[in-house]
Amino acid sequence: MKRRSFVKATAAAGTLLPITLNGMGVKAYEDNPLFNALGRRSADGKVLVIINLSGGNDGLNTLIPVDQYSNLSKARNSILLPDTKVLSLNGKSGVGLHNKLTGLQELYNNGLVSAIQAVGYPNPSYSHFRATDIWNSGSDSNESWTTGWIGRYLDSRFAGYPSTYPTAAMPDPLAIQIGQMVSLAFMGSSVSMGMAITDPNSFYNLANGTTDKTPDTPAGHELAFLRLMAQQSNQYATIVKNAAAKGTNKSTKYPATAGRQPLADQLKIVAKLISGGLKTPVYMVTLGGFDTHSQQVDTTDHTTGMHANLMQQLGDAIAAFQDDLKLLGLDNRVVGMTYSEFGRRVISNASDGTDHGAAAPMFVFGNAVQGGVIGANPVIPSTVTVNDNVPMQYDFRQIYASVLKDWFELSDADVKSAMGNKSFNTLPIFKTNSATVEDYVDLVSRISLNKIYPNPATENTDIEYFTESGNVKITVFDAMGQQVAILKEGWHAHGTYTVNFAVSGLRKGNYYVQLSQGEKRQTEVLLVQ
Amino acid sequence: MDRKQFFESLKPNFLTSTEEEKPGLGSGSADNTQFKSAGSGLTRRTNTGIKAYAGTFGDAELLHLMRRSMFGVKYGEFKKLRGKTLQQAVDAILTVPASLPNPPINNYGNLVTDPNVAYGSTWVNAPLDPAVELYRKGSVKNWIWGLMANQTPDIQAKMVLFWHNHFALQFLEIPDSRACYTYTKVLYTHALGNMKDLTRAITIDPAMLFYLNGRLNTKRAPDENYGRELQELFTMGKGPNSKYTEDDVKAAARVLTGWNINPLTNPFTTTFLNTNHDTTDKKFSAFYGNTVIKGQSGINAGNTELDDMLTMMFKVDEVALYLCRKLYEFFVYYEIDDTVETNVIVPLAKVFRDSGYDVKTVLKTLLSSEHFYDTWNRGCVIKDPITQQAGFCREMELPFPASTDYFLLYKMWELGSAFGELTQLNLGDPPNVAGWPAWYQKPMFHRSWINSDTLPKRNQFTDYLLLVGYKVGTYTLLVDPWILTKQLSDPGTPDTLISDATNFLLPMGLSAGQISGLKEILLPGGIPDYNWNDEYRAATDASDPNHKTALTTATSKLRYLYKAIMNLSEYQLS
Repeated sequence: MKRRSFVKATAAAGTLLPITLNGMGVKAYEDNPLFNALGRRSADGKVLVIINLSGGNDGLNTLIPVDQYSNLSKARNSILLPDTKVLSLNGKSGVGLHNKLTGLQELYNNGLVSAIQAVGYPNPSYSHFRATDIWNSGSDSNESWTTGWIGRYLDSRFAGYPSTYPTAAMPDPLAIQIGQMVSLAFMGSSVSMGMAITDPNSFYNLANGTTDKTPDTPAGHELAFLRLMAQQSNQYATIVKNAAAKGTNKSTKYPATAGRQPLADQLKIVAKLISGGLKTPVYMVTLGGFDTHSQQVDTTDHTTGMHANLMQQLGDAIAAFQDDLKLLGLDNRVVGMTYSEFGRRVISNASDGTDHGAAAPMFVFGNAVQGGVIGANPVIPSTVTVNDNVPMQYDFRQIYASVLKDWFELSDADVKSAMGNKSFNTLPIFKTNSATVEDYVDLVSRISLNKIYPNPATENTDIEYFTESGNVKITVFDAMGQQVAILKEGWHAHGTYTVNFAVSGLRKGNYYVQLSQGEKRQTEVLLVQ
Repeated sequence: MDRKQFFESLKPNFLTSTEEEKPGLGSGSADNTQFKSAGSGLTRRTNTGIKAYAGTFGDAELLHLMRRSMFGVKYGEFKKLRGKTLQQAVDAILTVPASLPNPPINNYGNLVTDPNVAYGSTWVNAPLDPAVELYRKGSVKNWIWGLMANQTPDIQAKMVLFWHNHFALQFLEIPDSRACYTYTKVLYTHALGNMKDLTRAITIDPAMLFYLNGRLNTKRAPDENYGRELQELFTMGKGPNSKYTEDDVKAAARVLTGWNINPLTNPFTTTFLNTNHDTTDKKFSAFYGNTVIKGQSGINAGNTELDDMLTMMFKVDEVALYLCRKLYEFFVYYEIDDTVETNVIVPLAKVFRDSGYDVKTVLKTLLSSEHFYDTWNRGCVIKDPITQQAGFCREMELPFPASTDYFLLYKMWELGSAFGELTQLNLGDPPNVAGWPAWYQKPMFHRSWINSDTLPKRNQFTDYLLLVGYKVGTYTLLVDPWILTKQLSDPGTPDTLISDATNFLLPMGLSAGQISGLKEILLPGGIPDYNWNDEYRAATDASDPNHKTALTTATSKLRYLYKAIMNLSEYQLS
């Protein structure tokens, strides 16, 4: 049945009559809890915009741990920004932003940015391709999944896609990627839930296929896929084209000439499509070029160069996009999230660049976000070798779970299912959140690693720590992010404790001792000689 | 004109036009009930293996071999091999020219003066000149597309694309176009040669030394970039039994310290600076049998250690398995289940290993196998953009300008190069060092070529060259539909014309409904067949009184007939 006749048929049956409460349209009730209780899906109207920083962004040069400067300058003097150039964050000392992230700084200071420190996963992969797959699929390091985290979410929210779509309730594409390729993140259990768009104004109508049945052979399956794509391209092309024609951009902060700031251009299209009325809940945009093995900075001026240009593009594009959303009255409905497949090595290499690394910060922005920095600064050892990496404080899937739970308002069971039947604690990223801690301040206080002695250690060392009553875990990671030992795990009464760690037999080098209680983390370096 | 402007320029007369539905081709939804499980969703597979195929070797089998091995088939090439035995045909496909293609030339002389290179002469041996470098980059990008469209009737060009995807690098990241040329030359030279030799050549290829920072890899600061990709992407892959370690990445980087580029020679050369070389021993993990590559010093240290390391690596079974899987995904189908792994990949890898990594031997085994000709495996490869676009140009024998018209010829190749980029295969510039996702990314593989952005553009390319033509100055690149039509057996009879054309152009049969839709184009409103007989005769006979009118209408009908065939989903398959 064609969409129009379907709409007609169901409207006649009364199912599409506008819902009204006391004679008022639904609009006025959008934020009314009573309305949600009436059964309207609370995720309706909410949009997530994912910004993929492809290539592995140098987190230490993005969200900069200023209190680690003396060790940072030993490890990466050839690329480090002068500390005087680091942008400060309101109400936050010891951490700042790259000097070109002025756009992001302004948003942060207005309380619109949540920065999450040192996001990664256990036993990190240093391969672009594996790491990208892990981030997009949401798998563990040693698993290979063929579905994406967004794909699984959309699969459960829009059951039966694609065969019965578009529907009256969801007439629009489920996910849109600006670009030619659709990310693995959008891959559902049978088909990709996303469509790719390079220019929403230019579509080319395809000849209609046939309804002939295709055989159960490889050729038959590929043919059926091609016919489905042809059919869907036509259906969604008109919808997207109409939204682009109806939509508008209001911000003057976008670059005047298109083509020079690809990220801003992409986000501009996203804003236009949302303002044009598309109900699409997820968009993805990409900024490439982060694989800065060489010439990451201009050697004569570290505040400029390849990475600085990327930072400028990122900050300016986000600022323009957020400004646009505000002017369009959409800023309560949209949040953005950045991610990259890994951070970079602590030490810089001889090519004035950095090799593949481990954990790195993520940013989530928007009106719904609770501004602040979650987590502590990474600790940089005083002697750094080529093996040293930023150890993770938070698992990337905690951020995903927070988005699904606190933004898209999924039940715990649905979050778990979208995360591949794994549970992850949420973080206080959104103003309204389900995190077990109240806010980000909670995350960095009330536990402490008092001292590690001797350090450097050759045979044994004692780790003294303080905790409020609760469950405490002490984990030791090596420099490559591999878990070496769990020294303590269990309930502690309020007090100061000491645990002994035998280091003889360990490879020489830096290790990271991490004390954690719930989502609180503190990490210190232990040097084994 | 950059790519974006170029694409914009096509819009006014074409992109905005709405194609009306051709009657009779059917409309409505495709049957998609088969998409309920991951991957292809197939419930069964075939058991055939690499034993030589002994069944009938007719037109269908020959065309299957040729389509998979080439970027489209010209009718004359097909006729030449028609009636040959399987082994004769496979031998012909595997016999590649001894000489290399002509190098790219100064096609930009009418736009800018290159003080070192005359208009129409090659720049590959001239000094680097920043003032014209951008033009040379354009030249080499268009040239490499031209190589595919003007391929010899054998497997060489397709293997060059295979290796370009395997040993991937990005021309736009290479600051010297001469290195893009020498890299391409290496791929041509070794396309059907020995994989170990090719791996060695690529490892110290100037473009690769640029791209993965080999030139910056020194004993004071080893750069792991190449050492990692050499194992992860070029030799061992990421299969479940590929268990090299992070320390192996670092050790490989140290083996390769000291290799560099000498930019002062024309063309420049690879050089080895032993003062930058790490002379200590390099210990590899248990995956490599705990091999220690003895640290060397002196000017031959780089060569010796590289050879030792490759010898160590090519002793690992994983290399042949990895490459055979990639060949299978490229030439047969993307889904490798346990049966295919056991019956095809494992024995094929053994053939490859036993031959000392001879690519021609492994291809011969695969392309002669019962598995390759199994009807189960026909028509199931979604064409990559070059196969779809350059293939179309070859099938329709598009009249490209003469090679003496440098500017115009390269301009026409630019059309193909640009459309390749618009449909995800930017020749010379894969998305990254892993090559194109369609050849490695599970579970979509080939299907990732096709989405709502690229499928319309694929149709646009063929529609454009069939109906409108690409105009530059007074020249228009436009299909002459008579070139192919006149080679078919009986083009005056509508049923024969349609069956000949579709058998030649499509890898599978059509339904009665689809065929009647195509016939409707030649004979609108279901008028009797003799109307086309008459029209065809008049159009092809200059003495016929109705010749002029008939020629116009018949030409137009043929254009729409081919357009309709190319717009079928079946045309995207090989």
